Amino acid sequence: MTNPNHTAHEPDFDAVTGQSTTGHSWDGIRELNTPLPRWWLWTFYITILWSIGYWLVYPAWPLISSHTTGLFGYSSRAAVALEVQALEQRRDQQAAGLKTASLEEIKASPELLRVALARGKASFAENCVGCHGQGGTGAPSYPNLTDDDWVWGGGLKDIQATIQNGIRWTQNADTRMGEMLAFGRQGMLKKDEIEQVVDFVRSLAKLEPAKGANLAAGKALYETNCASCHGEAGKGNREVGAPDLTDAIWLYGSSREAMIESVHNGRAGIMPAWASRLDPVTIKALTVYVHSLGGGQ
Amino acid sequence: MSSNAAIPDEDGPLYVSAKKVYPQRVKGRFRRIKWALLAFCLGIYYFLPFVRWDRGPALPDQAVLVDFERRRFYFFFIELWPQEVYYLTGLLILAAIVLFLMNAIAGRIWCGYLCPQTVWTDLFFAVERLIEGDRRDRIKLDAEGWSASKIGLKAAKHFVWLMIAWWTGGAWVLYFSDAPTLVKDLATFQAPFSAYLWIGILTATTYVFAGHMREQVCLYMCPWPRIQAALTDSDALNVTYKFDRGEPRASVKQAAQLKAAGQPAGDCVECKQCIAVCPTGIDIREGTQLGCIQCGLCIDACDDVMGKLGRPTGLIGYDTVKAVEARACGTSPPALRLVRPRTVLYAAIIAFVGGAMLYQLATRAFLNLAVVHERTPLFTTLKDGSIRNAYTLRIANKRSEERPIAITLDAPMGTTWEVAGAQQTADWRPIVIVPPDSTLDVRLFVTMPQPQARGPSQMIQIKAADLSFGENATVKDNFFAP
Ligand code: SF4
Ligand code: SF4
Repeated sequence: MTNPNHTAHEPDFDAVTGQSTTGHSWDGIRELNTPLPRWWLWTFYITILWSIGYWLVYPAWPLISSHTTGLFGYSSRAAVALEVQALEQRRDQQAAGLKTASLEEIKASPELLRVALARGKASFAENCVGCHGQGGTGAPSYPNLTDDDWVWGGGLKDIQATIQNGIRWTQNADTRMGEMLAFGRQGMLKKDEIEQVVDFVRSLAKLEPAKGANLAAGKALYETNCASCHGEAGKGNREVGAPDLTDAIWLYGSSREAMIESVHNGRAGIMPAWASRLDPVTIKALTVYVHSLGGGQ
Repeated sequence: MSSNAAIPDEDGPLYVSAKKVYPQRVKGRFRRIKWALLAFCLGIYYFLPFVRWDRGPALPDQAVLVDFERRRFYFFFIELWPQEVYYLTGLLILAAIVLFLMNAIAGRIWCGYLCPQTVWTDLFFAVERLIEGDRRDRIKLDAEGWSASKIGLKAAKHFVWLMIAWWTGGAWVLYFSDAPTLVKDLATFQAPFSAYLWIGILTATTYVFAGHMREQVCLYMCPWPRIQAALTDSDALNVTYKFDRGEPRASVKQAAQLKAAGQPAGDCVECKQCIAVCPTGIDIREGTQLGCIQCGLCIDACDDVMGKLGRPTGLIGYDTVKAVEARACGTSPPALRLVRPRTVLYAAIIAFVGGAMLYQLATRAFLNLAVVHERTPLFTTLKDGSIRNAYTLRIANKRSEERPIAITLDAPMGTTWEVAGAQQTADWRPIVIVPPDSTLDVRLFVTMPQPQARGPSQMIQIKAADLSFGENATVKDNFFAP
């Protein structure tokens, strides 16, 4: 069907504008031929050509169950895989340095230290923050790793051994063992005796004992029941993981109630042995990282 | 309307296919100025990367270098770090205002003489003229059919153009790496791929912009002609056809007849030389217009004609709208007003921004300290009840020597501090060695005993002091406690 308002005639010249016409006119209005600048058109054609080249070279068209793969089989997924591989290779090179160096050597070399801290930080975020918190700040019953109070020792070797073998992790033969007995539950101390011993311990730590507490009785109880692990002066014993009772840091809380609970029920926190899950280089890196958090000894 | 208009005027069609411009050779004052500026600008561009500047053994000795790898920018005695790129803002402001000022004084000086598009196009025109001949020969050559000699001429021209374009791209990459080394690497195909890529890109843009698009860049792509229209005023000098003197146009013979008949006759003899030499192919006699880049070549062309006719030169020349209009009304033109509120304001802004930048540059520190307080944990309680906070110090040494930096604290009595991995001086100040021209991150542990460690926080001052140069940098930060 043709448009009744449209007439076609031979292209001619429009005197008013000095421009040729297309040969179309609508309601007597003639359409001028006003071409775009040639360079503009060429740019446009080149982009079209480019897109055809692009279709050929790169994956472009969806098919029923797959897609065109392009001449060189490029895919962004493969490109990423390559990059990841290259990254892993670079990491392995850096790790090679960590593998042979001792913990002290790593600490002393700025280059190795940088690598170890970066690796340790990443691994810590992946494996440790669940219990020890971001930045190793700890939580009640999970030790704070940034302070200077270490239940099992804060030297490089101590930290490494703890990470490797865990604490009370019975699948591991070398795990750290030690037990705070449930003095109340197992009937070794009566309720008032527990309170006496707690008040005595509070006095050691310069915490407020209960009013009118019998410190002498507490002391006697302490010496028979507690001193074998925690020491005469309450300074603790890292061999058996007995915490220092004289300092300001209390893993399970420093309230009188929390302490009574500790003596009544005992405490036996568990840390997994990581030797079976992490490679030795990562454990070294973790050790150095934890040591650098501020508490390392 | 004249068919010479490069830009279609209001009544005409909106789009025209580009008309090829064949500028004619011209001699004269402005042509000489343009040659001199061309040689000067291109000389700087092509050879600056080879200029050396000694900065000591640790730093590159290239006078102007953008070192992306080490994130430094060197310009003779100035060395900028990434955090100082705000100088660029100042430079851009300066550049804009200088353009405005040029415009308020004498029109598009930038476009006519200094813009890379103009300079390279001018060079490409010169090559074209040298190989294909002047205007008439080129028009003829383009009109005739293909022959061996035409192919030869065209091939020669494009080859020379491409060589210039290639050298232009080559010079560009030299600003981003040690020039002599890079030249050697490029020649032996050892240079990084990006160098070849950029040479390719710049070769293409130079060849296309200066060889093929020419005035089209100014007419269609560049924003400056539009801005210029808003900036000029009737006191600004512009390349102007003085119609008061030129009109009515008449050939020498007609003019004599008109004069004899007691009628006025202008000086313009309608020789169209001004159009023939114009690199954008416009007719300046239609007035100041977007298409005019104000290169001054039509002045030279017209002066030449006037000289031959024994008439005074300057029918086309730098003039103001006010002066032309005054003369057209028969009054004497007002004096040139170079000092006007607009020029004074521009000059004042330039002086202010330039001064502020110089001051900033002259007084900037060569030792910087940035402190980030550790967030996890905010603080740590130690066995003896004292409180420890951890900070990361970033110490920037902007000198080309290694520097020992002592870390000291302004904090309550009894506070102790320790920098991980640092030596201590006899008076317990930790010393860190910061390598030349680099930054070093170190961890600082600050421990405050009770009861000084008041919660929730108090201010302490951390100071990095250079023991050899006596420079200091201090930063205040919080010390948190329960
Ligand atoms: S119009 Fe733009 S591209 Fe052309 S000379 Fe002026 S600034 Fe340069
Ligand atoms: S009109 Fe004159 S000043 Fe303007 S671009 Fe053409 S030759 Fe240059």
